[in-house]
Amino acid sequence: MDTTTVNSNFKSEEYFINMGPQHPATHGVLRLLLTIDGEIIKKVQPDLGYIHRSIEKMCERDSYQQIVHLTDRMDYLSSHINNEAVCLTVENALELDIPERVKVIRTIIGELTRIASHCLWWGVMGMDVGALTTYFYGFRDREMINDIFEETCGARLTMNYNIPGGLMFDIHPNFVKRTKEFVTHFKTKIPEYDRLLTGNVIFQKRMKGVGILTKEDAISFGASGPVGRASGYSCDVRKHHPYSALDKVTFNEAIKTEGDSLARYEVRIMEMWESLSIIEQLIDNIPEGDYKVATNAVIKLPKGEYYQKVEAARGELGVYVISTGTKNPYRLKFRSPGFSNLSLLNHISVGGKIGDLVATMATLDLVIPDIDR
Amino acid sequence: MTNQALQDLIENWFPNPEADKVSEVIDVSVTEDTSEEKIETPESVNPSLLELTEEASQFLNITVQPEQFYALMTQLKNNADTHFDYLFCLSGIDWGEALGVVYHLESTAHRHIIVVKVKTEDRENPVLDSVCDIWKTAEFHEREVYDFFGIKFNNHPDLRRLFLTDEWDGFPLRKDYVDDINMVIK
Repeated sequence: MDTTTVNSNFKSEEYFINMGPQHPATHGVLRLLLTIDGEIIKKVQPDLGYIHRSIEKMCERDSYQQIVHLTDRMDYLSSHINNEAVCLTVENALELDIPERVKVIRTIIGELTRIASHCLWWGVMGMDVGALTTYFYGFRDREMINDIFEETCGARLTMNYNIPGGLMFDIHPNFVKRTKEFVTHFKTKIPEYDRLLTGNVIFQKRMKGVGILTKEDAISFGASGPVGRASGYSCDVRKHHPYSALDKVTFNEAIKTEGDSLARYEVRIMEMWESLSIIEQLIDNIPEGDYKVATNAVIKLPKGEYYQKVEAARGELGVYVISTGTKNPYRLKFRSPGFSNLSLLNHISVGGKIGDLVATMATLDLVIPDIDR
Repeated sequence: MTNQALQDLIENWFPNPEADKVSEVIDVSVTEDTSEEKIETPESVNPSLLELTEEASQFLNITVQPEQFYALMTQLKNNADTHFDYLFCLSGIDWGEALGVVYHLESTAHRHIIVVKVKTEDRENPVLDSVCDIWKTAEFHEREVYDFFGIKFNNHPDLRRLFLTDEWDGFPLRKDYVDDINMVIK
């Protein structure tokens, strides 16, 4: 008898199963082709492109001001940071002198965006492992940030607050007050997150030692953001290539060395604390001054190549622009963090169970429009 | 490592037999773009194998011929002084007359960045070497490049379309791609 038989009646065989593209745990239209043997995963093949809009091709016909608005639609949970990446590329290429006020406001809103994104992730993370309650707690706190954004930017999700040269308009008079209120509020809420989920025995057992990614593999797979840092790989763009006002603040890079799902979870919780600390350092000292510098109505970048990397909520976002001196880029490439992070899913989930795949995917924090640019 | 030090080091890997004759010229022009023609082996007849420049870019750019591309990439990764272990961006580009790929590399140990460019003139059947076995992230990125530019990669384990369906006609990010229905031209 074959040694792989499970019992005398059923023979162990590999077969295909589809996960998605409408599976709730894939957080969007991601389809995974799973090769499984019983409940053990043998291979995970992502099938992409369900919402690919070819933003890179659209950029080739758009002006630089228009491109900023397209980036909202990539990783919509860190839309402000995506906008910032394009604006920084344009500003560096034009060698614009950006006012300190703009830099500080951009950094504060960027960190608020990161917290909002991590709040949502924390909510759905719990939901993916069967704890529906967390969803409502996460959304409760994210709502406060969205209200701040709504007051200042007029939008809650696709903010379009950055423009090449500065900001669309000045901050709302309530911005400082409400941000401080949020910081005070949220400081009491992260410990609540820990009490609700982090210390939960079932949660710990689902997370610990699952989906292990070594440091070497993390680098080789191009992992970035919390996924890379959970494997002991120091990859925070804010530390290594600081932009905006990030060179003026002190913060610790959240790093864990275990490389498992729990480490990825804990890194994000630590990052929320660090983001709060960055906001606190800046919120009382927003310099006076202009909120933008004048640019030409038609922006033409000098001939050449420009690369700007920023730390989006999911990791390193890169904007690579090749300009031929016209008002449109000749080629614009977005290096999205989710794309590289997805490529390692097969590597860390093979040999595990389907249930663990859902939990592991949640710790990668994939946003599908970010992958299907 | 500074860009200049990197440039000197990498040029040493592919020594030019005539380097002694032109060494004085190189010393004078160190701050300018160097486009000295380098020849890897004496028996090689192909000129201009490696081209290093910092012009119009914040990083050091290397343009390499497809035949030497894989050897260069292996060296960049494995050499302890360069140690480019993080491939953070891999972009396909249609330069009009040529198709090519641009690799952005960073070293996690030394924190220096380099850009490697490789081109092929063959638009009908463009083939380049894969770097999947050097950086695992290249597997997905090369599939994306194949999908949108039609560049095939030698030794790629699973070269299929990634975003588009298998029966899709043409390669959308090429400059000469035409689609009357889905593309809005302004």
